[in-house]
Parts: sequence; C-alpha cells; structure tokens
Amino acid sequence: MTTEKGKALTANRLDDGLVVFLTRSGDWSPRIDDAAVAQEAEAASALEARGHAAEAGNLVTDAYLIDVERVDGRVRPSHIRERIRTLGPTVRTDLGKQAEGAGGGFQATAP
Amino acid sequence: MYRYDEFDHRFVKERVSQFRDQVERRLSGALTEEEFKPFRLMNGLYLQLHAYMLRVAVPYGTLSADQMRRLARIAEVYDKGYGHFTTRQNIQFNWPALKDVPDILDELAEVEMHAIQTSGNCIRNVTTDAWAGVAADEIADPRPVAELIRQWSSLHPEFSFLPRKFKIAVTGAPHDRAATKAHDIGLRLHLNDEGEPGWEVMVGGGLGRTPMIAVTVRDWLPERELLRYLEAIMRVYNLAGRRDNKYKARVKILVHELGAEEFRARVEEEYARLDKSPIEVEAAELERIAAYFAPPAYESQPKVVASFEEARLKDPAFAQWVRSNVAEHKVEGYAIANISLKPEGGIPGDATADQMRAVADLAETYSFGEIRVSHRQNLVLPDVRKADLHALWQALAEHGLAAANLDLATDIVSCPGLDYCALATARSIPVAQALSRRFADLRQQHDIGPLRINISGCINACGHHHIGNIGILGLEKKGVEFYQITLGGRGDDDAAVGSLVGPGFSGEEVPDAVETIVGTYLAERADGETFLDTYSRLGAAPFKEALYAAR
Repeated sequence: MTTEKGKALTANRLDDGLVVFLTRSGDWSPRIDDAAVAQEAEAASALEARGHAAEAGNLVTDAYLIDVERVDGRVRPSHIRERIRTLGPTVRTDLGKQAEGAGGGFQATAP
Repeated sequence: MYRYDEFDHRFVKERVSQFRDQVERRLSGALTEEEFKPFRLMNGLYLQLHAYMLRVAVPYGTLSADQMRRLARIAEVYDKGYGHFTTRQNIQFNWPALKDVPDILDELAEVEMHAIQTSGNCIRNVTTDAWAGVAADEIADPRPVAELIRQWSSLHPEFSFLPRKFKIAVTGAPHDRAATKAHDIGLRLHLNDEGEPGWEVMVGGGLGRTPMIAVTVRDWLPERELLRYLEAIMRVYNLAGRRDNKYKARVKILVHELGAEEFRARVEEEYARLDKSPIEVEAAELERIAAYFAPPAYESQPKVVASFEEARLKDPAFAQWVRSNVAEHKVEGYAIANISLKPEGGIPGDATADQMRAVADLAETYSFGEIRVSHRQNLVLPDVRKADLHALWQALAEHGLAAANLDLATDIVSCPGLDYCALATARSIPVAQALSRRFADLRQQHDIGPLRINISGCINACGHHHIGNIGILGLEKKGVEFYQITLGGRGDDDAAVGSLVGPGFSGEEVPDAVETIVGTYLAERADGETFLDTYSRLGAAPFKEALYAAR
C-alpha cells in the first residue's frame, strides 16, 4: 500500500457549479481520483497558478487547494467538508456524484 | 393576497433581463467572478458546496396555489425534484445551473415572484406570523404593513448598501409567533386606549455569533407614522453602524455599544428632523394594499360540526393530528391546518415537487388557494372548514404530509448544515434525523408536550438554535464534528437566548444527551409544567448533573 500526502486543487465549474479537480494534464475532472496531487510546496503553487488561469479563462470559479492523501491510486480529502463536497450530501446519497459512481473511494464520515 | 401592479411587473421583468445579461457576460468572461458576485447575490444566487443555490423570496410567507405549482415545476425542470423551506419563510433550490437561473427567474416573474433581497446587505424579505390574518388571537392582519415595508425597502437607494443585512419581522397578534425580538427590527401591533392600532418598535435583536434580544424603542407608534420612523432607525444605523468589521456590523452591536437609551435618543432626534410630508401618501398606500388582504368569502358554518367530531372519535390518528396540527381560526367553523414538513427521519423543511403540487391542489380545494410557509419550516393551509379537515388529512397522508407533530419534539428546525452549506462547520440534518427517530413515538411526544428543538450547523445560526428550547450548535475541531447544547431559549413573547449547558457532544452522543435532558424534565416536572416551565423553575443544575455527572 502506497500513501502519498499532498494537495489537490479543486473548484466549481462555472456554468453549473459542479465540483471539479485539476488533473495532471491540466483538465478539470469531476472525479477526485483523477486529481493531480502535489507533494511539494512548489508543485502546489503551480497547481494554484493553473487554477487561477482557469478562473480567468471562465472555466471554473472559487479554486483552492485542499489536503488529500492518495492511497493505492485513490484520492481522499483529509477534511470532512471536502469529502462531503466530493461525494454529495450525506443525507441524500441518491444525489450528487456519489449517486453516479463518480464520487470517490471513501465515505464522507469515516475518520 | 397582494397582486402586482404594472410597476411591480415591469420592475421584476427588467431585473430578470438585467440578470440574464449579467449571466451571459459572466459566462463569456466579460465579467470576472469578483465583478459578478454582487449581482448574483442581489438575485439570491449563492455558490454552495455542490452547486449553486437559489433562494427565492416568499414575501411574509404567503404563497398562492399557482405560485406553489410553479415552485414544483422549477424543482422538477431545473433542479433535482425538491426544494427546502427555510427559517426565513423562503425556499431554496440546491442544484440550479448558472446558465438556467435567468430562465428560472423568468418563470418566477410570471407568477409574481423573484429572488430579490434574499441576500446582500439590504433590508431582506419581511417575515411574519404564519397564521397572519386567521389566528383567533390576532388584533389585525400584519401583512399589509409587511407588504408596505417590502415596497418601501425594495431597491431603496439609501438602504441598498447597509453595513450588513437587515431583517424585519412583524406580528399582529399578542402571542408572538414571528420571533420579532430576534430580528434587527421587530414590530408588534397594540391597540391604545382609544382602540387605535399602533406599533411597538423593537430594535437590535438577532442571533448568529452574538445573539441578542431586541429592545423596545417605542411602545406605541401610530400606524401612519411607521415608515417615517423606520427610516429614522435605518438612517441612524446606516450612518453609525460599523463597517470596519463584518462581525460587528449588525444593528444589534450598535444598539449594544451605544446603549438602548442613546440609540433611542438618536432615532428620535433623526425622526424629529425628518420630512413628515410622505405620511399621508403612505397611509393611503397602506389602505390600498390592505384591500388585497381582505378576508376570503367565508361561509357560515355550524358551531359544532358533527362530521368533524365524529371523525375525531372514530379515527384516533386523525384525532392526534387535529390535537397537534390544527389551530383555532378567527372564524367559527374554520380551522388553521398546519402541514408538518418533519416526517419521521425526514429532512426538516424539504418538500418534493409532488408534495408541493399536492399542497397547491389541496389549498385550492380546501383553503381559498392560499398557503403559508412558517419560520419553523412547515406549511400552513390557513382557511380550512372544519367539515373538510378529515378529507384534507387523508389526502395529506397519501403524500407523506400528515406528520402529527407540530411544536412537539420531532418538529425540529434545522439549517442545511455541512451537507449543503459552504459556511457550515458541521452537519445538522443527520442530527435532526437521529432525534426524529429517537422521539418518534407520538404518545411519548404528546406526553413531553411542547418542545422546540433547533439545530444550526455553524455560529451563523440559520437554524435559530439560540431560541430553541433545546438548541444544538454544530462545530468542528480538527476535522471532527461536535455539538454544543443550549437550554432555555425561546422566540416568543418572553424571548430569551439559551444558555450553554456544558461541554459538547459527538454527533452520535447527541440523541442520548437530548433524551437525558428530556428525561430530567419528565422526572422533575410539576403538574402541568412544560419543558420551559420546569427549566425556568429549576435552572440548568439538574440537567447538567444528569448530563455530566457520569462523565
């Protein structure tokens, strides 16, 4: 089992507000497992810079870095707020990305 | 109900077309988010955790059947099939796409609705008693005054950029069902010795990070002077309210920092200086508006409605619903039917599109086509003939809307919390659901009696936890949710902010803690005492003892 701790860049898509993550190739994916994880401060800054460029280009809004860990290829946010944001409301598991199988390999409330 | 005139129609339509243009410019990149954000907030559009959220104004909580049907349609076509009724008597849609919002606002405008003043540092949607105009104890319907304030405050050039948001609540009844003392301005109707109506004006209430109960600045203000006097208050606040610190910018802080006497003196000084000439025009306008709120054509009903009494005897479940959810109407033979949006284990305040449509149909069949939204996140059919109550109840049950728990333990008020809200620090809905299941036994709920539980997922207190008899506040430490409990809060005539009972609890521990609190009340109560009575008599000590002694 390999665990990498680092930072991922998240934002909301401008036209519909969907939660998205910046990927290695510079695209925005709704799946957190596709997120580029920066382990060094410099790499995180680079992600942020790309995020701000995307904001300026009107693809996304409200871009910011979140703490994550990647375990065996699956990415999990450290904070419950971001886990809920990635999956959808815990009280409506029939809604949001969790309902479409596009959430993540974790539960919102598991420690 | 108030109907738009040509100016209202034109104003709302123009606003939608302006916003359509603003959204197009945002999507094309002509506007940055920084530039666009104030525009979207002026139209009730927020960005939450999962998506945008649109908050639609329901002025003083009154809706027509057609408006409710339109909300159902919006939920279905543009959202995910449901909406959330809020503690501000409004409705929120949780999933609209930015590109669709202008179309949604167009649809709302067609039924005389909008999302203006549901956000931003302006005078927000005026709230009132959900039983306005029909309550047996009422002096007069407060909604004409609420509508007058709405028209006066809508896009008021002087008060569109206040230090902070501003909330006004109005009640026309001696029993305060609008939590007027927990608002920036609370207005309460009284008759003077000559029988003339006038308003008690209370200022500086509010919940949030610094909860405060409003102070009375005028005991009895002649009705015709109301807008002028409000203008004086707003001017004092607009000039002296703090703009250096968002957390100290509400009028309650100004009232607190100046002291009630000094604040009152400044308002009176400003009032003395104000041009009073508009008073006549405003009085005429109030009269014009009041005509829209003329009572519907009630039919003469027998004093005792045999079919209703019979149904109550035959059907215990119906009798239980009547006992908790039906309130006395000012007109003989009629009743106020409260529709609880708190089914066992449900999400407080949520209603599906089907349920909204069902309520609209039932309002048309049984209640002159009118619906109310309460600040306790329930709905009301205000004008139901007693003879129709049984049929209404059966129809409500078919749609999962017959929960018989109004003002009982499971009639829990809850903000959306961390399941939806970008500001939240903890989830509130799952706590409400767990409590709803724990106290589901209706016989037990009736035994416990009136009990208001309120839950907020952060200190901004949208769940009004400070005025819950049992208030629960969700916080977060190192990424883990925990909950503080306050006791003794109330939003009625004797409004009070609840007191923190002690150290917090995990989410899993909250139902046990609340059960311990309720158990302590049941063990200690004297004959006929409510939870609040017992708490007032004994204070927090026995509750603390029960909660923490074993820890």
